Amino acid sequence: MAKKMAIIASKGTLDGAYPPFLLASTAAALGFEAKIFFTFYGLQLLNKELNLKVSPLGNPAMPMPVTVPSIVQVLPGLEGFATWMMKRKLKKKGVASVEELREICIESGVELIACQMTVDLFDFKHEDFVEGISSGGAATFLEFASEADITLYI
Amino acid sequence: MSEFDVEIDSSGLNCPLPVLKARKALADMSAGQKLHLIATDLGANKDIPAFCKMTGNPLIDSSESEGKLHFTIEKGETNG
Repeated sequence: MAKKMAIIASKGTLDGAYPPFLLASTAAALGFEAKIFFTFYGLQLLNKELNLKVSPLGNPAMPMPVTVPSIVQVLPGLEGFATWMMKRKLKKKGVASVEELREICIESGVELIACQMTVDLFDFKHEDFVEGISSGGAATFLEFASEADITLYI
Repeated sequence: MSEFDVEIDSSGLNCPLPVLKARKALADMSAGQKLHLIATDLGANKDIPAFCKMTGNPLIDSSESEGKLHFTIEKGETNG
């Protein structure tokens, strides 16, 4: 019987998008049955058009080419610059894009589940999400997670 | 280096792409055929053997030359 992995994706930033999609696509390649439950800001990872950002603000561990004091990081454009820099680095180092990993997840049968409560809370629309996803609630996740070999909250 | 039926060069690609490319290539192969995978991702040194072990596709050879890693994977009987 196939091993199972259950992931909760709760972050909607560029760096927060990598672990769920990367691990689920790899799990599928290893023969796992994998499901990702997207809740709160993680729901942004299901949008057809991804516009994910990374911010150095409140993230002192983010490597920067020059030291940028927190007071400067609030300036308009800094977040956009940091995101551009991160995306350029990811590409240069041969790291797959989030879109690419998400596509591999869908192709390889990873089930993507939108948290219905958060969809309602933020007035998100299912038609804005990629096709082929399902929706569910806490019990939906727990039913699968109760049988999973690996469960992660990201 | 061992003989092979299919070759995939994942040079320049980072984790987890070498594993995902190996998986995709093996899916289209038949049992007993051999895949030659080339990688520059140093993590592949551990990841490819783990992938082979978990999916039942034996790793029959691995080597390193000129900064590149070479793996020969045999497609297993049961799955890919």
